Amino acid sequence: MTAYIIRRIFYAIPILIGVNLITFVLFFVVNTPDDIARSQLGDRRITTEAIENWKHIHGYHKPVVYNGTEKGARKITETIFYEKSLRLFAFDFGRSDSGRDIGHDISQRMWPSLAIAVPTLLVGILINITFALTIAFFRATYIDFWGVVLCVILLSISSLFYIIGGQFLLSKLLHLVPISGYDTGLNAVKFLILPVIIGVIGGIGAGTRWYRTIFLEEIEKDYVRMARAKGLPETQVLFGHVLRNAMIPILTGIVVLLPLLFLGSLITESFFAIPGLGSYTIEGIQRQDFAIVRAMVFLGSVLYIIGLLLTDISYTLADPRVSLK
Amino acid sequence: MLVLFWTDILLFSLVVLVVGFAIYASRKEHLRAPWREVSRSGVAMSALVVLSLYLVIGLLDSVHFRPQLADREDADDVRYSTEVLSAFDWLFADLRKRSEKTYSAPFAIHLYNKEVVESELGERRQVYPRLKFGGAHLPNAQKKTIDIALTSVVAGLKALALWALIVLAIARLWAYRESVGTRQGLQKILLGHTVVSWRAILFSLFFVLLITWVAIDLSQKYHVLGTDKVGEDVFYQALKSIRTGLVIGTLTTLVMLPFAILFGIMAGYFGGWVDDFIQYFYTTLNSIPSVLLIAAAILMLQVYLDNHATEFSSVSERADLRLLFLCLILGVTSWTGLCRYLRGESLKLREIDFIQSATALGVGHFSIIVRHILPNVMHIVLITVVLDFSGLVLAEAVLSYVQIGVDPTTNSWGNMINSARLEMARDPIVWWSLAAAFIFMFTLVLAANLFSDAVRDAFDPRLRTRS
Repeated sequence: MTAYIIRRIFYAIPILIGVNLITFVLFFVVNTPDDIARSQLGDRRITTEAIENWKHIHGYHKPVVYNGTEKGARKITETIFYEKSLRLFAFDFGRSDSGRDIGHDISQRMWPSLAIAVPTLLVGILINITFALTIAFFRATYIDFWGVVLCVILLSISSLFYIIGGQFLLSKLLHLVPISGYDTGLNAVKFLILPVIIGVIGGIGAGTRWYRTIFLEEIEKDYVRMARAKGLPETQVLFGHVLRNAMIPILTGIVVLLPLLFLGSLITESFFAIPGLGSYTIEGIQRQDFAIVRAMVFLGSVLYIIGLLLTDISYTLADPRVSLK
Repeated sequence: MLVLFWTDILLFSLVVLVVGFAIYASRKEHLRAPWREVSRSGVAMSALVVLSLYLVIGLLDSVHFRPQLADREDADDVRYSTEVLSAFDWLFADLRKRSEKTYSAPFAIHLYNKEVVESELGERRQVYPRLKFGGAHLPNAQKKTIDIALTSVVAGLKALALWALIVLAIARLWAYRESVGTRQGLQKILLGHTVVSWRAILFSLFFVLLITWVAIDLSQKYHVLGTDKVGEDVFYQALKSIRTGLVIGTLTTLVMLPFAILFGIMAGYFGGWVDDFIQYFYTTLNSIPSVLLIAAAILMLQVYLDNHATEFSSVSERADLRLLFLCLILGVTSWTGLCRYLRGESLKLREIDFIQSATALGVGHFSIIVRHILPNVMHIVLITVVLDFSGLVLAEAVLSYVQIGVDPTTNSWGNMINSARLEMARDPIVWWSLAAAFIFMFTLVLAANLFSDAVRDAFDPRLRTRS
């Protein structure tokens, strides 16, 4: 097991190098720092001094991959590639284009993201499993049919409408919760209710349908027939046998998402003005702050790879037949 | 003068491809059988009718041209306007040109905001001024309800007449093919006793005809869905957005298909280092959260466009390039799933006897892939393409909201929702842009979802054996 995990971590290194190269090519080769400076400064008739000045301020003035003017190892280290890309491996994200320390910002802003993402995930799973089990209990009846139709209708609605509709109904018309904002400590709860409710409702359609498929697949297996044959009531079959076995694909499907919860949801956080990592990314995109976007791309990939690793481990824990070699 | 945008070319080649495949499939029984299964499903057929309406509008909107300038008859050379129009714009020229001053509610004949007007006596009063076009033919506001009702009823009757003709024609054709009388054919169709679910097709066709006809007739006199901030008709905007939605939903999968198929099959079939390399490649791409990759790519495109602004002859050409690029980058982020499925399936197929014997007989790798593996994984490709469509239409809205979607000048539901966000905060609120985007998007996505479910059920062999 330990050997497997260590090997998997080594496998992750080439992938991270790949991600790093892709972002490097995207940000510094497709467009040169000159292009970026020109587009940031906005004016078409712009002087070369202004461009040089901008590049100096933001640290883009060094050569891209190879610095011929320096000596020894500094030929490599005094370059954009080393300073902006390689340092990401040490989780040194540097400073954003507006001069703030990205690493510090990230460690501050991941907590509000988690405060929304974790309750949304947990409540969502609970509700989706309940609904899916109910539908599976009434399988091949009208309740099943209309339940699935309802799911399809729910998942055909864009998440934007859920948010706008929810804000309008609960905050503007009924004045139940504040429309957006955030606060520290326990005061944050009243700001979190609405985004969590909307997040859960928005996920019901896809989630319930997905769990229903898993349950139905499980229900047709022989051990379920066996359980019924020995006279167990249907509820016991569903909860004792089907649910327990269906939890394997459900859990492993969720585990891969866990690390990504840190990143938060872009749309939700920006609509509700929650200072999490999602809105941080959006601000970065909208201000065309390349340093932030680059840092988030790298962080996202790291978290995704951790998620994959956790999935494999959770397989062995949940299903004793799987062994990692 | 005809103008060809990149997305137009790709969209029409896709249509040719689909028609070609349909002709090919109609001659092979094993390909026809699952489609027959789909055509049995009433829900799927109704969804197909709705999708066809969207498709017709989208394709009409994809024939672009630059109109000839008429006022220079003496000139030797023919001059063309710099504005690019589409066949759809030409057909609905009224809708495009009749813009008001600012917001007006659906079916309103007055503006939504009060304005100061000076009367003949020199008095200054705050009134809601009459609209320039919306309900301009009415003498006063009281006649509005009657006029709307009357127009709708007349339009409805026209739709009913056309529908009746279509029903009769189909019943006649069907009866002819089954060699029964027309009367009996009509009976069977309306009772739903046909293999193809004609009843569902015809009834949904009736609703589609009714709604289209009433909407078109009413939109000649009113702004059916109101006007936006600069007074443009919202109904027109929503209709124009259909093309954007369709382009994103279809072209994205089209551009990703060749890579996904090639790499997926190669990884599964050859195994070894080819497999390792391809797996590494798609895991790397997949591990970047897609929104972030799209954001990075679109930001970079924006930089490129800013620096090369002079290379484009028109704003629409630039917007079109951005749309195409969005499809490309969405394709890059979404092909890995299909690639993984295809790899798994080819891995299984490689060990099956008929391919083993083909290898033993000395058939080359290329022939085996093209003749034996590809036809046996096509159902996966088809299911993925159809299932992805609705997700991509929804993704467009979200991306445009984050401002990494289509160009702000392109008509799209995402842009409509984006601007509606401020309108919802206004007092009194302006709800119709949002409602229009919701109705149009919801209908398309729902129809696509229902249709794709039927296609999946018919083509997935695992599900087929079970039912």
